[in-house]
Amino acid sequence: MLLYALRRLIYLVPVAFGVSLLVFALVHLAPGDPISAIVPPDAPKEVVDKLKEYYGFDKPLPVQYLRWLGVTLTGDLGTSIGTGRSVATEVGSAFGNTIILAIAATLFAFTLAVILGTSAAYAKSRIVDRLVTLISLIGVSVPHFWLAIVLVIIFAVELGVLPPMGIGPENSTGWTFDRAHLAHMVLPTIALSVIPLGVVTRTVRSTVKETLSMEFVTALQAKGMRDSRILLHVLKNAAPTCLAVMGLQAGNLIGGSILIETVFAWPGTGFLLNSAIFRRDLPILQGTTLVLAGFFMLLNLTVDIIQTMVDPRIKRG
Amino acid sequence: MALQSPSLDIGGAVLVTPKPTAGGRGYWQSVGRRLRRDPVTLVCAAILILLVLASIAAPYLYLADPYKTSMIRRLYPLGSPNHWLGTDELGRDMFARLIYGGRLSLFMGVTPVVCALLIGGSLGILAGFVGGKTNMAIMRIMDVFYAFPSVLLAISLSGALGAGTENTLLSLTLVFIPPICRVSESVTTQVRGFDFVDAAKASGASAFTIVRVHVLGNVLGPILVYATSLISVAIILAAGLSFLGLGVKPPEPEWGLMLNTLRQAIYVNPVLAALPGVMIFITSICFNLMSDGLRAAMDVKA
Repeated sequence: MLLYALRRLIYLVPVAFGVSLLVFALVHLAPGDPISAIVPPDAPKEVVDKLKEYYGFDKPLPVQYLRWLGVTLTGDLGTSIGTGRSVATEVGSAFGNTIILAIAATLFAFTLAVILGTSAAYAKSRIVDRLVTLISLIGVSVPHFWLAIVLVIIFAVELGVLPPMGIGPENSTGWTFDRAHLAHMVLPTIALSVIPLGVVTRTVRSTVKETLSMEFVTALQAKGMRDSRILLHVLKNAAPTCLAVMGLQAGNLIGGSILIETVFAWPGTGFLLNSAIFRRDLPILQGTTLVLAGFFMLLNLTVDIIQTMVDPRIKRG
Repeated sequence: MALQSPSLDIGGAVLVTPKPTAGGRGYWQSVGRRLRRDPVTLVCAAILILLVLASIAAPYLYLADPYKTSMIRRLYPLGSPNHWLGTDELGRDMFARLIYGGRLSLFMGVTPVVCALLIGGSLGILAGFVGGKTNMAIMRIMDVFYAFPSVLLAISLSGALGAGTENTLLSLTLVFIPPICRVSESVTTQVRGFDFVDAAKASGASAFTIVRVHVLGNVLGPILVYATSLISVAIILAAGLSFLGLGVKPPEPEWGLMLNTLRQAIYVNPVLAALPGVMIFITSICFNLMSDGLRAAMDVKA
């Protein structure tokens, strides 16, 4: 098992190398050179050249890449052009806020999806099955940032029961466990969870249905086992597939929450990325993308390994 | 196939059933027959055709000028005389803007998938058919793109390239190439293992002929079904980029951008502010249902 994990980790190295190349290229995709973003257009040439030298932009691209990679590997992601603070600090504090929201949305979506999907697979009446299918269809089709706005309109503007934006009461930039912060989390969590809810409900429904038609279920029934015990067996068989799909969805929540974070002004990585794009703060753009992609890779690896651990049917070849 | 985030997760392998009568007329006829008997798919197709026709014919529909602003007629509610869907924050007619908005929104959702289908599909078929080192090289490059959540990739690329319709199309195409390539590669690898491909090789058919006649006929179905399932993701993602200010620039009418600019109106006229999203929702749900219908009619298991 350990060997398998190690092999997967080694396999990740070339991919990580490719990712670093792509993230490095992001800055150079930008129109104009990276310096033009921070100096006024009428800056004297000497100043521009000095800055280019300071940031190392005067060197050939491969040299720049190796230097950047070397510095990045030590954990130094550079300095934000907008705020002058270190990128690692900025991304670090935003990342915590994103994770909290993602965990809440994942738990909410997964719990609901398992209940809905299982009941649809078990349902004798077509109505329940149809209803659950409809819910999952809506989940995957609804533009989630629009749903976020609709939620704000209903619960914040019309009913006035929940706060429309922010992570907590005024000037709060970090998350703490109290009533006010929880209230601020409700709407973003719901808006963020619709896509994974739709996707996972679909998966749970089809996997449980498939498992139910297997022979071992008939055997257990013939043996006279109680239905609740059989359900346990069925769920255990369906779990690996569902967990894998949920793992991928969780990763996407963390990388894809930018739209929701923007609607709710939630100070996470997405919000940071958005403001960095509009300030042309390329070090932040680069740093955030790198951290999120790295996290996504590790999460996918973990899901893969867990799936292999819980599902003996997968060969560890 | 459903969204990852909107999402691009590939749920398991796509299974190909061999149909040696490559692209035989009988198969496509039966697909067409099954589609015509599917009421859900028909209704969705009708709605989509209506939307497409309306956006193409928008200049000839005697609509109000979607660019004409008016400081006194701002944020009229629904059902106002002359503006039955109200007016936006600059006094422009909402109905006209929603119809005109379909032009860019539909275009920006469909084009990247079509481009990605051509590029990613060719790369995938190449990788699957040639195999060996070529396969390794192509698929490892795709793995790099897979290391990014799709929304993050689209936003980072658009953010680096700068706002604008062309840049959005470019970054969305790049986002959709890897998943299409992966599906194409896996179905082509399966088809390559079938006996009729060996038979064709033994009879001296050139690689090009084998791909054209035997491989394409069998892999096109699954790849097309998968690509159609990406259109709804693409429409939401394109609208999302414009919503963030990374796509279409004002004053062009586009549903995502309209949602953004109308956000300031949620306290004054909430129903109006939500309207552009309804259009995105309808379009995306229709494309999803169409894709499901196509999958069933083509008998693709995924």
